[in-house]
Amino acid sequence: MPNVSMTVNGKAVSAEVEPRTLLVQFLREKLSLTGTHVGCDTSQCGACVVHVNGKSVKACTTLAVQHEGADVTTIEGLAQNGELHPMQEAFKEHHGLQCGFCTPGMVMSAIDLVKTHPNPDEKTIREGLEGNICRCTGYHNIVKAVKAAADNMGG
Amino acid sequence: MQYHTPGSFDDAATIAAKAEGVTRFLAGGTDVLVQLRADMVTPDVLIDIKHIDGVSDIAREDGGWRIGVAVTGAEMTEHPELDKEWPGVVEAMDLIGSTQIQGRATLVGNLCNGSPAADSVPAMIAAGASVSVVGPDGSRTIKVEDVPTGPGRTSLEKGEVVSAVHLPARGDNGGDAYLRFIPRTEMDIAVVGCGVNLRLDGDRVAEARVSLGAVAPTVLLVEEAAQAVIGTTLDAAALEALSAAASAACKPINDKRGTIEFRTHVAGVLAKRAAKIAYDRAGGAK
Repeated sequence: MPNVSMTVNGKAVSAEVEPRTLLVQFLREKLSLTGTHVGCDTSQCGACVVHVNGKSVKACTTLAVQHEGADVTTIEGLAQNGELHPMQEAFKEHHGLQCGFCTPGMVMSAIDLVKTHPNPDEKTIREGLEGNICRCTGYHNIVKAVKAAADNMGG
Repeated sequence: MQYHTPGSFDDAATIAAKAEGVTRFLAGGTDVLVQLRADMVTPDVLIDIKHIDGVSDIAREDGGWRIGVAVTGAEMTEHPELDKEWPGVVEAMDLIGSTQIQGRATLVGNLCNGSPAADSVPAMIAAGASVSVVGPDGSRTIKVEDVPTGPGRTSLEKGEVVSAVHLPARGDNGGDAYLRFIPRTEMDIAVVGCGVNLRLDGDRVAEARVSLGAVAPTVLLVEEAAQAVIGTTLDAAALEALSAAASAACKPINDKRGTIEFRTHVAGVLAKRAAKIAYDRAGGAK
């Protein structure tokens, strides 16, 4: 079996994996980072979004072996020293979740969105999150949370 | 499953030619990995071609463009000149999937997946695009319309791999456009897709290419539809003739996403609308 090494949430990790292992399986099953969810398994719902080298990626649509040497951030890697990331704080503040299943992917996508669009309007936020599906249909508060986070992040 | 990361297309072709069992090339993986997960296609040999030099480049070539096989939809959309010259190709690619899929999905993946409903393919065919193919016996260049042979099937032989997409020089007074119909506004598969590419001489259409997706086993290049507008100023009569020719070319399936009657009708409507956009982009705005 091939060996794959990458940096996950700032820590160097290395493991033997079957080539067909998805990045999301590697994170959840090898590293026990179960904050990243698998919703649809067909790259539609966005629950599995993580950052690879700073960009949002659906971790169910990429193999672990493709990310040799990559720098991966998951939802677990956002909070620093017990302080929530501004995006997490905004989701909490604005109740941008109901059941919470889509939330890790929403937060990761939203952070990448705000990075590329520092001061997004509602349309930009809704379009930017088109690849993240909320089964509780709680989009309204999610959009509010992203807008508030963008303001707090200095947009 | 074996996973390979060749450093050249010759090596990729050699590995594929010798491979036993199901072989797939991996670029964006937005079809290959989903099919693998769904147990639809389980490759025995997976050849990742993203480590080959130049696969992520969009480069000038003979006045047109050479687009690498790993260039993503997002990279095409963000490219300032490509979008100016071939807006139809860029907008077709941009319709595929979400933001994250746009960060991985590629033109060649969309083409080689062989779906009759692939959004980028009618746009590439209308544009007159071709692809370079590397195989165990050397290289060849083929037109995009000659790649798909049926749903999920292509004319590529065992061991052959597409190494680049070529878009011709845009030239003066040209414009292209792509439209599709889906029941919702985002993230869906085309019920009908239509690409139109025009060149004008004054306010008259001098050259035209019309392509339809999702209305036949392969994406169609509809010569009769092009002939319906050539020599015209895209007036109402020309648009009606275009619409009729597009509908006449349809041989669609009936399924939950669209009936035969609906797809046939919509093909004519989209052809008219896409032709008007292409005409405006070519500088023929009235």
